Amino acid sequence: MAEEKKLKLSNTVLPSESMKVVAESMGIAQIQEETCQLLTDEVSYRIKEIAQDALKFMHMGKRQKLTTSDIDYALKLKNVEPLYGFHAQEFIPFRFASGGGRELYFYEEKEVDLSDIINTPLPRVPLDVCLKAPKEQQKAEATEPLKSTKPGQEEDGPLKGKGQGATPADGKGKEKKAPPLLEGAPLRLKPRSIHELSVEQQLYYKEITEACVGSCEAKRAEALQSIATDPGLYQMLPRFSTFISEGVRVNVVQNNLALLIYLMRMVKALMDNPTLYLEKYVHELIPAVMTCIVSRQLCLRPDVDNHWALRDFAARLVAQICKHFSTTTNNIQSRITKTFTKSWVDEKTPWTTRYGSIAGLAELGHDVIKTLILPRLQQEGERIRGVLDGPVLSNIDRIGADHVQSLLLKHCAPVLAKLRPPPDNQDAYRAEFGSLGPLLCSHVVKARAQAALQAQQVNRTTLTITQPRPTLTLSQAPQPGPRTPGLLKVPGSIALPVQTLVSARAAAPPQPSPPPTKFIVMSSSSSASSTQQVLSLSTSAPGSGSTTTSPVTTTVPSVQPIVKLVSTATTTPPSTAPSGPGSVQKYIVVSLPPTGEGKGGPTSHPSPAPPPSSAPSPLGSSTLCGGKQEAGDSPPPAPGTPKANGSQPPGSGSPQPAP
Amino acid sequence: DAALATVGGASSSAGGDGGTPKPSVAVSAVAPAGAAPVPAAAPDAGAPHDRQTLLAVLQFLRQSNLREAEEALRREARLLEEAVAGSGAPGEADGAGGEAASVLLSRVTASVPGPAAPDPPGTGPSGPAAVSGSATGPAAPGKVGSVAVEDQPDVSAVLSAYNQQGDPTMYEEYYSGLKHFIECSLDCHRAELSQLFYPLFVHMYLELVYNQHENEAKSFFEKFHGDQECYYQDDLRVLSSLTKKEHMKGNETMLDFRTSKFVLRISRDSYQLLKRHLQEKQNNQIWNIVQEHLYIDIFDGMPRSKQQIDAMVGSLAGEAKREANKSKVFFGLLKEPEIEVPLDDEDEEGENEEGKPKKKKPRKDSIGSKSKKQDPNAPPQNRIPLPELKDSDKLDKIMNMKETTKRVRLGPDCLPSICFYTFLNAYQGLTAVDVTDDSSLIAGGFADSTVRVWSVTPKKLRSVKQAADLSLIDKESDDVLERIMDEKTASELKILYGHSGPVYGASFSPDRNYLLSSSEDGTVRLWSLQTFTCLVGYKGHNYPVWDTQFSPYGYYFVSGGHDRVARLWATDHYQPLRIFAGHLADVNCTRFHPNSNYVATGSADRTVRLWDVLNGNCVRIFTGHKGPIHSLTFSPNGRFLATGATDGRVLLWDIGHGLMVGELKGHTDTVCSLRFSRDGEILASGSMDNTVRLWDAVKAFEDLETDDFTTATGHINLPENSQELLLGTYMTKSTPVVHLHFTRRNLVLAAGAYSPQ
Repeated sequence: MAEEKKLKLSNTVLPSESMKVVAESMGIAQIQEETCQLLTDEVSYRIKEIAQDALKFMHMGKRQKLTTSDIDYALKLKNVEPLYGFHAQEFIPFRFASGGGRELYFYEEKEVDLSDIINTPLPRVPLDVCLKAPKEQQKAEATEPLKSTKPGQEEDGPLKGKGQGATPADGKGKEKKAPPLLEGAPLRLKPRSIHELSVEQQLYYKEITEACVGSCEAKRAEALQSIATDPGLYQMLPRFSTFISEGVRVNVVQNNLALLIYLMRMVKALMDNPTLYLEKYVHELIPAVMTCIVSRQLCLRPDVDNHWALRDFAARLVAQICKHFSTTTNNIQSRITKTFTKSWVDEKTPWTTRYGSIAGLAELGHDVIKTLILPRLQQEGERIRGVLDGPVLSNIDRIGADHVQSLLLKHCAPVLAKLRPPPDNQDAYRAEFGSLGPLLCSHVVKARAQAALQAQQVNRTTLTITQPRPTLTLSQAPQPGPRTPGLLKVPGSIALPVQTLVSARAAAPPQPSPPPTKFIVMSSSSSASSTQQVLSLSTSAPGSGSTTTSPVTTTVPSVQPIVKLVSTATTTPPSTAPSGPGSVQKYIVVSLPPTGEGKGGPTSHPSPAPPPSSAPSPLGSSTLCGGKQEAGDSPPPAPGTPKANGSQPPGSGSPQPAP
Repeated sequence: DAALATVGGASSSAGGDGGTPKPSVAVSAVAPAGAAPVPAAAPDAGAPHDRQTLLAVLQFLRQSNLREAEEALRREARLLEEAVAGSGAPGEADGAGGEAASVLLSRVTASVPGPAAPDPPGTGPSGPAAVSGSATGPAAPGKVGSVAVEDQPDVSAVLSAYNQQGDPTMYEEYYSGLKHFIECSLDCHRAELSQLFYPLFVHMYLELVYNQHENEAKSFFEKFHGDQECYYQDDLRVLSSLTKKEHMKGNETMLDFRTSKFVLRISRDSYQLLKRHLQEKQNNQIWNIVQEHLYIDIFDGMPRSKQQIDAMVGSLAGEAKREANKSKVFFGLLKEPEIEVPLDDEDEEGENEEGKPKKKKPRKDSIGSKSKKQDPNAPPQNRIPLPELKDSDKLDKIMNMKETTKRVRLGPDCLPSICFYTFLNAYQGLTAVDVTDDSSLIAGGFADSTVRVWSVTPKKLRSVKQAADLSLIDKESDDVLERIMDEKTASELKILYGHSGPVYGASFSPDRNYLLSSSEDGTVRLWSLQTFTCLVGYKGHNYPVWDTQFSPYGYYFVSGGHDRVARLWATDHYQPLRIFAGHLADVNCTRFHPNSNYVATGSADRTVRLWDVLNGNCVRIFTGHKGPIHSLTFSPNGRFLATGATDGRVLLWDIGHGLMVGELKGHTDTVCSLRFSRDGEILASGSMDNTVRLWDAVKAFEDLETDDFTTATGHINLPENSQELLLGTYMTKSTPVVHLHFTRRNLVLAAGAYSPQ
């Protein structure tokens, strides 16, 4: 009560000049100074008086702010006509008109087009007052005796607001209030349903995700198989989707190539599952996959590790997504195309990203190649030449350029072969495509030869569908053993079309841990033979790409092989594995009837070769099913692994070759 | 003119012109008979109206010197009036049973429409004004207790008291001389004498202004306003703007100061000291002011300490005089009606048999639990006539009893839970809230003139069917009460339109059939919650009506407003039964005592007054608040009163002794709502500072020093124990707490409008 704060009194008085101004506006020109003074005193006093009354209305209105209506009421209290409406900011003069002996004074107002007013959209109706009440509390009160609580206790008693029902109820000293944005307008939001996973499902989810990213390839294969085939996973779909997108986010940063590959295989498996409806989750998956295509760096040692395979694989995934989910409303394909083109066109884009962009575009089909890639071939060729022929700047750039070049050649050649009339003239190519011309020319020639070859085997065209997947095997291959980077490379390169394979080999030598690999070549008898032959090339080729390649290449002309990495079993390599840290990799080369008119590459069918035993369909060529059994069927090559799991190629599952 | 006369006559029942013999005959004939049936008996509303018209005509005739016509008319009128009186009295007796009732209901203790209830300009030809002024005598002799309202002279007369001149330049000297003297006096006297500063300062300033020494006034103000206690700053602000003699006319604050003597309580010793000093100094100027404008209430004994003084001062007109709080107040509760065997038995015979078994049980309970035969402090049961209980009321009481058994015993270790009802999208427009006793309905008054009623139980609000549909209903059926409701109208919210200004007060009737609302438009409206329409608009206040409340027994209600009076009404009378005049500023809040025999009003003059409904007397004046009072509540046992003001303090009063018994400090802004728990253990206070606070009421009232000396002098030492009494503070996010309510099971319901900052 002591005098905490001294009274602050304002003796503010209106300046007498303002009286003069007011008087003049009323048409009173000469006003005496003395009069002005008296007027200011009086007016100031009255204004203060009104303000004090208005404060009273504010207090009674239980407000902290004075409003204009308070002043209106205060005026009314004094029997003064309150101010109605608004005043114009500027003085509106009367206009005068006369005619016909009459005088007319009027405000000049501009004409308003009524239709404008009518057509303007109505403003939003302000929200009505509503009472926000804690319903549960009412019930609580009705049913159980009230528990009362101490101020300190936080959440006790029936007052605890729950979920959305929680209202500004405060019982515990903290009021929970509806978010101010809409002021608890009686919005009817659809209640958010929470899908609880059963305990079994939780266990399953845990097992699957652990297996998918774990180190045991066998388990992973099983898990992926499960994802790709089990019905009833839809409840876990959002979680898988989040798992993948989060996983990619984290592992890209850490450059963990192996995990990225695992995750992409999960995507593949999810897409292969016919019972899942992925569309709702594409928004989460696409960014993840795209990241794996175009990220500047995906692995720790870009010069050594084969991240190209991952890019290829992911590019194929994106193409598949586009094919499945792109509609005119969501425009997925055009958006993706735009993204790729943009990053490719950019001068500063690093070679890795460049590679990814081109791969992504190329996978989208011939039309895209024709319209987007071919026109830029010359330009790109110059760039590549600049790196390859120019002074050695960095090995990484060189490798990148090399990869881009082969990528371009691989994809463009078949297209060009179709587009251009047969006589392939080196000079014409050079003229049109610049430095890439000669190489292109030879590729085109090769492509033509192959096409011609395949044309002979028209009968077998049943496999056409599988053509686009030749590379699939690649991606499967990346099942790395415990050591990701080195291992990856090997299989990846294997699956590449021959030429690339070779080149990859060339680059590969420094591989740290070439695991002993076994190749099983399953060649299905070319015609409609129901049985498939399994050729096991049991050459354990420790990292020696050359040995492996040779059989493959040899088979190319007649039988097109699918090279498949069966398993990376950590069992001790049988014999030769010198440097390998002990992982045995088995490659199963399934050679299908060379129906695929496949462009250059072996039309290796991505999907796991059907095990002879399990294959339900009599047609050997048709059903290609999981590698699991298949592996089991090839006991000889897999000595150590109890059950050699064909690393089932995640890539191919869905499209089954037509019988 | 007839209408004008009605206005004048309404407030002074028999508005005769006291000056002339003839109307006074009429007065004496009617008034003593106790009939004065003007508003009360009123079986047909036409009668009183006619009579007043008649009086007006008589008056007019007399003034026009038309004696013959006047004589003739008066003869006629006499006859008429007797007839009215004759028919009115019996009807009255039936209704309320007893003379007292008729006296009460009929007599209007309007004292003054004068300055307290200023006539709207242009209303009053001097005739009616004079009439009402002089008529106060016969109609309500000395009604308004100690407040000297009967001799309210008009403005010029008041002001002329300032005429005596002193040398304006000497004023500062006088004042500083006195200041010097007081500051040099002994400590024990200094505090008491310091009380003089403020009233002297104000009066000296006003004198200067009145005598048009503007510059002197200004410098005087500048020089000394800093010395005044901080709690006077609102008044000082008003005063500071008042710089011209012309301003004084019509300035209410100034008039308040002039028309009521500022009351100081000073011990005899201190007073002697002052007197001696002033005489020695020949300081006539100050002495005159002391004599004329101050009322010094001298007491014997120890001078009070600064702290004691500070606790009690702060009101616009100083402290209450001691004798103002001496009259006996029956603060006890009435017996529960169920206990009244004879009455009940009769009722029960008429009731259906279902009611019986239910009723007997709870009655025993109630006797057991309350165990009051008759509270010695309770008023006689029929001191004021109360409406009979209807069957539905009894059922409600039974419900109440049942709920009571489940009630949580609150205490410092067992605090109630608080459930907050937030009004959203109210855009600062929420001005009043009320909750029914059974917590089933919430009403909100809004600045946009609407009253909205929400049902907060699953039971929706339905109105009764249209008359045509009602006639089709089988009236014999058991569920007729259900059938009359129109299902199509069921909704959670009903909006009542009718007011033409912000609705500042809302109150449900105890039976939940009616809702009262008071508004800026000067009316109180009664709404039916059966049809959701307006039933009556009570016009009496000419200015905004700040608050209204139903009596706990229904039927009566009280309203208070900007016209500085509180009015007591009955729902079936369109004119007030009582006018409680005496406050010097707006009546901000009004509350009925639980026994319905008293009404408490809180005012912007920073006093709380307690009025006797029976005779309209002011029986208690509580001073001590330092800001306008915005909330009031009685303790459930009727003994105590808690009041909250803009200064954020809550004061507790003992009604029986007329003493302040506690001060609860904690809130930082206006205390808008106060409520005791059902058993009175906890006091909850809600404030504009967005908090609800709970206080230990038991402890606050426990150690009262009620020894004789304290009781006699009212000098209490307030313990500084707010922090110990504070049991909990609960913040809202940004919602001023406008209303608080304890459910029958002691859950706290709070309400307010979210106000985004």
